[in-house]
Amino acid sequence: MFIIVAVLVVLAFFYGKSRGSAFGNTEGRLHSLPYYHGYFVAIMVAIPLLIIAVLWPALSGAYIENQALSALPDDLMPANELARDAVMRDIRLLATGVITDPVRLSAYPEGVRSAGSVLANLQSISGWLQLVIAVPVGIASGFLATRKLSVKFRARNSVERIFLALLIACSAVAILTTVGIVFSVIFETLRFFTKVPVTEFVFGTQWSPQTALRADQVGSSGAFGAVPLFIGTTLVMLIAMCVAGPIGLFAAIYMAEYASPRARSIAKPVLEVLAGIPTVVFGFFAALSVAPLIRRWGEAIGLEVASESALAAGIVMGVMIIPFMSSLSDDVINAVPQSLRDGSYALGATRSETVKKVVLPAALPGIVSAFMLSVSRAVGETMIVVMAAGLAAHAVSWDLIETFNPLQAVTTVTVQIATLLVGDQEFDSAKTLSAFALGFVLFFFTLILNMIALHVVSRFKEQYD
Amino acid sequence: MDAAVMDADTRHKTIMTPENPFIMQQGTPKIVTRDVTVHYGDKQAIFPLDISIPDRAVSAFIGPSGCGKSTFLRCINRMNDTIPICRVGGRITIDGNDIYDPDLDVVQLRARVGMVFQKPNPFPKSILENVAYGPRIHGLAHSRTDIEEIVVKSLKRAGLFEEVKDRLDAPGTSLSGGQQQRLCIARAIAVNPEVILMDEPCSALDPIATARIEELIDELRENYCIVIVTHSMQQAARVSQLTAFFHLGTLVEVGDTEAIFTNPQERRTQDYIMGRFG
Repeated sequence: MFIIVAVLVVLAFFYGKSRGSAFGNTEGRLHSLPYYHGYFVAIMVAIPLLIIAVLWPALSGAYIENQALSALPDDLMPANELARDAVMRDIRLLATGVITDPVRLSAYPEGVRSAGSVLANLQSISGWLQLVIAVPVGIASGFLATRKLSVKFRARNSVERIFLALLIACSAVAILTTVGIVFSVIFETLRFFTKVPVTEFVFGTQWSPQTALRADQVGSSGAFGAVPLFIGTTLVMLIAMCVAGPIGLFAAIYMAEYASPRARSIAKPVLEVLAGIPTVVFGFFAALSVAPLIRRWGEAIGLEVASESALAAGIVMGVMIIPFMSSLSDDVINAVPQSLRDGSYALGATRSETVKKVVLPAALPGIVSAFMLSVSRAVGETMIVVMAAGLAAHAVSWDLIETFNPLQAVTTVTVQIATLLVGDQEFDSAKTLSAFALGFVLFFFTLILNMIALHVVSRFKEQYD
Repeated sequence: MDAAVMDADTRHKTIMTPENPFIMQQGTPKIVTRDVTVHYGDKQAIFPLDISIPDRAVSAFIGPSGCGKSTFLRCINRMNDTIPICRVGGRITIDGNDIYDPDLDVVQLRARVGMVFQKPNPFPKSILENVAYGPRIHGLAHSRTDIEEIVVKSLKRAGLFEEVKDRLDAPGTSLSGGQQQRLCIARAIAVNPEVILMDEPCSALDPIATARIEELIDELRENYCIVIVTHSMQQAARVSQLTAFFHLGTLVEVGDTEAIFTNPQERRTQDYIMGRFG
């Protein structure tokens, strides 16, 4: 099928091109170059073929399967939706013809086997029919296109328009996907709130998302107070930013202001390698190296440290964010015009005075937004906290020192989403739906952070360009 | 003045001849250079260059683009130090002190030799903070009132005070181009320099703002040694007393402005002034 389509399109291109050249040779003053005529014809052939290739299986598939199903003898006719799906799976499997072993084959009832061969037949007929319809349609479309070709025909403009449409379609896919995700999250969240009141979710201090699979199960009443998760997330994020903020910023200042071109050419790629390490690797580094280390230190000075602690996860997450923070800050510091530095040096300022009093104030909006983008990364990060921060939501009380104790295990919004959706799930229980509610909170939070950050950056750019 | 410097002076026929009465009257020059060369990497930008620049006067450097006049200007306050591949050779003295002496603190030098750039470059701070920047880093003033006094004095000298006295807290970038450039001049004056270097200070300004700056330069001449790089020969003729013509990294001719423009000794100077190249 695809080979034939490709051959047709290529043929169309050369045919169109030769027609275009022919005009040029005989009548002169062609509007567009011959190969644009070629493109035009080729595209006009390709479009209907692609439409048929996409729509045919979608439209014919259900019809064919129904036909195969009706070929079943009455006694095998499925009674309900579930049974129908099961039988259909068997029929489809048999139709592929992968089962040749007669022993295994005989395990299926005669009726199902014959339905399988019916399906196989229909599928091959459908395939041929598709080809038989598609090829003439393509040729006809190409023929119509060649009819339009003439000396004055603006093939170039038409091709440009088609490309424009293609580009718009591609960006539409990205935008529509985003919109789709947002809406699906919002609807699932609303469903969740019909089962659990909003106030419990936002203000509740108990998180144990267990719902009963059976009515008589023990401990079946779930609690969906998300406050412990918000606290855990905030705690880990704060620790991470305490690490990534200053280190990333100072690294950026060194790179942009002090480093010789040689040092920069070595240090910058190394930092970027750090950015390329998968977060899973950071995760087990945190869980297996950093967390025990912190625990040993803590015990050495007489503190009680959980083997999985917010501190370990936060520190490692901070390290992960350093390159992100530093490369963003590096960009904004480099965007500060050299003339400002010259002005400062010319007044007798030293390098550090210039950095402190001129460069950083000028770059401040950009640095703030780099910081906020880093925060949104810290909040959204999952793997490290899953592996190093623990799973248990720990108790929330007004004892703030205890609540925000970084040496205890905490759990974050992202970790809970991950654990809620791992494994087999029923998709209408409050337990699973709560993941969507958490996802919505997370999405909303990072969206606002990113919007603020981008706004600040765009205002900053206006100032100097 | 030591013998070497005297020697350098006498090599400038155009400066020391009786046809240049202005220079003869000036007495001891403020800035004296000898055999100054500048390399950017492997490329030589300035060939051995000797010049004497008088105090309390305006000296103009003219010449076609890329002739090395800005590069040479930036040697005088060692701004070229900030360019890693740039090497400066030879000897530059201000009041007889070698400014490339390893013992000399470049921070101190730049406090004595102020600079105004081609494009106005006020810091993204308030007008007051822009002017107060220099005095603050050099510890010239401590109390708020001292700072304000210096700021007002500098703005007055730069002829900007009347226009901005009601909005000293407004950002420096909110001013017009010409006002920004005068702000930069006020900023340079605030640290009480002896020499002010100006690198095409009017090239980004409209004619009215330019006239205003030229007036200001003429007033400042009474107290400072001013060196100005300019593309405009009319500007050089209007504001300067000494003119130096640069071409391809060499100093072709230097002398009293009137003499250079009316009776140039060198063919190349004449061609440039007549607009035959450049």
